[in-house]
Amino acid sequence: MSSPWSITLATLTKDIRLEWRSKDALNSMLFFSLLVVIIFSFSFDPNAEESREIAGGLIWVAFLFAAVVALNQTWARELRNQVLDAYRVSPAPPNSLFLAKALGNFVFVIILECVMTPLFVVFYNLRVLGPAWQLIPVGLLGTWALVVNGTFFAAVSLRTRSREIMLPLLLFPISIPAVQSMVEATRIILAGDGNARFWIVLLLTYDVVFTTASLALFGTILHAE
Amino acid sequence: MNDAAIAQGPIIITVTNLIKQFGHFAALRGVNAEFAAGKFYAILGDNGAGKTTLLRTIAGLAHPTRGEVSILGASPRAACREIGYMAHPSLLYDEMSGMENLRYFARLYGIAGEQRCEQAIRAVALDPGLARPVGQYSQGMRQRMSLARAILHDPRILLLDEPFSNVDVHSARDMVGLLKGMRDAGKTVFVVTHQASLLAGAADEFVCMQFGQIVERTPHLPSDVSPAGVQ
Amino acid sequence: MKRLFPILALLTAVLLIYGLYQALVVAPTERTMGDVQRIFYYHVPSAWTAFCLFFTNLLASLVYLVWKNSKADALAVASAEVGVIFCTIVLVTGPIWARPVWGIWWTWDVRLTTTLVLWLIYVSYLVLRRFSDSAQTPVLAAVLAIFGALDVPLVYFSIWFFRTQHPQPVIGGGGSLDPRMLHAFLINLLAFSCFGAMVCWARYRLERLHREVEEAQALESLLGAPQ
Repeated sequence: MSSPWSITLATLTKDIRLEWRSKDALNSMLFFSLLVVIIFSFSFDPNAEESREIAGGLIWVAFLFAAVVALNQTWARELRNQVLDAYRVSPAPPNSLFLAKALGNFVFVIILECVMTPLFVVFYNLRVLGPAWQLIPVGLLGTWALVVNGTFFAAVSLRTRSREIMLPLLLFPISIPAVQSMVEATRIILAGDGNARFWIVLLLTYDVVFTTASLALFGTILHAE
Repeated sequence: MNDAAIAQGPIIITVTNLIKQFGHFAALRGVNAEFAAGKFYAILGDNGAGKTTLLRTIAGLAHPTRGEVSILGASPRAACREIGYMAHPSLLYDEMSGMENLRYFARLYGIAGEQRCEQAIRAVALDPGLARPVGQYSQGMRQRMSLARAILHDPRILLLDEPFSNVDVHSARDMVGLLKGMRDAGKTVFVVTHQASLLAGAADEFVCMQFGQIVERTPHLPSDVSPAGVQ
Repeated sequence: MKRLFPILALLTAVLLIYGLYQALVVAPTERTMGDVQRIFYYHVPSAWTAFCLFFTNLLASLVYLVWKNSKADALAVASAEVGVIFCTIVLVTGPIWARPVWGIWWTWDVRLTTTLVLWLIYVSYLVLRRFSDSAQTPVLAAVLAIFGALDVPLVYFSIWFFRTQHPQPVIGGGGSLDPRMLHAFLINLLAFSCFGAMVCWARYRLERLHREVEEAQALESLLGAPQ
C-alpha cells in the first residue's frame, strides 16, 4: 500500500522528469525572468541610496509576476489527454497531488529567483547592510506563500473561463499581507534598519494558515466536476 | 421500459433513479438498472443519449443531480479500487514511455514493483521495453496502452468509453478479443460504443439508451441500431 | 415572513429620512473640519454594513460547504453583491472626506487598507462566480470566501505593525463626540443596517426566484418531450 508521501514523491519526480524532457516551461520562464529584471532596471533607475529602499519591493514584484506565469502552466499538463481524470478515479489522496504540485512549483520558482537575484544585485549595485542570512528564511517562506496559494487557485481556475487571468485575479488580493511582509523584511535587511523578525513570523503564520486551508479544501476542488 | 436484467450471478452495480442535468440539458432522465457481475455489457445509442454521462457517473467522475449509483454496496469513490476507467482521450502522459506511465499509475494504486506493469502491457499485446513516448504511438497503440493503464490494478469492473474510435479494424478486433477474455476471467465489462457490430459475438447484453434513459436491454444485437455518429 | 419586508422597507425609509435630517441639520458643525465632516455619518455606517454583509457571506458559505443548502448559497451571492456596493461607498466617501480635511486623497492606514483588501477579495469572488459556469461554482466560491476570511486578520496585523513603524495621520480621528453628533451617528448606523438588510433580502429573494425558474425549466426538460 502506497503511503500518501510516496505518492507525493512519485508525482513530483514524474513532473520533474516531464519538465526536464520538454524544457518548454523552464527555458521560456528563465528568459521571461531575465526580461522582467531588465525592464524593471530601465524603469526604476535610482542611485544607490534609494535603490536599497525600493529594491525589496521591486524584487518581490518581479518574482510575483514570474511566479504567476509559471503557476499558470502547473496544471496544463494534467489537462492534456484528461490525465487528471486518471488521478481522480484512483484511490490516491487529493492532498498528495496538491503537495506534489506545490513542491514542484516551489522548486521551479526558487530556480527562477536564483537566476533573477544576482541580476538585480548587479543592476542595482545592491549590498546587504543587515544580517544577510535572514534573507534565506524570507526567501523560502515568501516563495512558499506565493506558491501554496498560487497552486490552489490555479486548480480553482481550471473550472473557469479565462483561466489565465483568473489566477492572478484570485491570487493577488489574498497575497497582500504576504507580499507586504516579504517586501518589508527584505527592505529592512538590505538597509540594515530595524528588525525583520515580526515580518518573518507573520510570513510563517501566513504559510501555516494557508497551507492548512489548502490541504483541507483541495479535495473538494479536485472532485468538483 | 424494459429494464429487467438477465441476472445470472450477483448484482454488482445498482443505478437508482439517476438524474444528471447540465443547466437546462438533462443528460440522464431517471435511469434505473442493475448490472450483474461477470457480464459484458455494450451500451449503445446516438450522440447525446447519455452513454458517456452514465459511464462517468458510475466511475465517480460525475456527480448525480439526483439518484444514486451503488457499486458493491458502496459509492463509486469508495469502490474506486474495483473500477478501471478508459475514455477516448488516452489519460496518459505523452512525453513518457508506456512503462514509465504505468509505473507512475501503479504507485497511485499502491502497487509495488514492475511485474504488474509488464503483465498489463503484455496483456494488451504491446512491448514493455518500448522506450518511445506515448505521444508518438499510433492511435491503436495508444488506446491499447490506455487499456493497460485501466487494467493495471486488476479491477473487477471495466468502464470503457468509445475504446475503438479511430482505431483500425484489426486492432479493434484484437481489443474485443482481449475484453472477452477478461469477461471470461470474471470481470464485469462495460463498453460504450457506436460500433455495435464489433461486439456482436462478445457482448452478453446490449443496453440501448435514448434521450437519457435506457429503452431496451437485449442479449441480441439490436437490428435497428443507429449508424455511428448520426445525431 | 414576506409581510415583514414592507415593514422593514418602511422602517428603513423613515430611519434614512430621519437620519438625513439629523446628519445634515441637527448635528452641529464640527469645529476643525467643517461641514465635510458630515460624511462621517455615511462613511462609518456604510463600513459597518459592509462588514456585516461580508460576515453573513462567510457564514452562508460555511453552511453551504457543510450542508450543501442552496438557500445558503443564494444568501452568499446576495450578501457578497450588496456588501461590495456598500464597501465601494466606503472607499469613495473616504477620500472625499480626507482630501479637504487632511490634504491627502488616500493613506495606507489600517482601516482603509483592510477595507480595500476586503473589497478586492469580494470583487474577485464575484468575478469567480461570473466566470465559472459549472455546477460546482457555489463550492468554489465558498472556498474562496473562507480563504478571504482567513486573510483579513493577517492583513489587519501586517498593516497595524507597519503603521507602528511608519506612523501617518489617521483618517477619522479620535476624540469625544458631542451628544447630538453621537445621536445622529447612531440613527444613521441603524438606518444603514436596515437599509443593507433590506437590499440584501430583496436580492436574496430575487436570487431564489431566479433559481426556482431555472429548476422549473430544467424539470420541464427532464420530463417533457426530448429536444
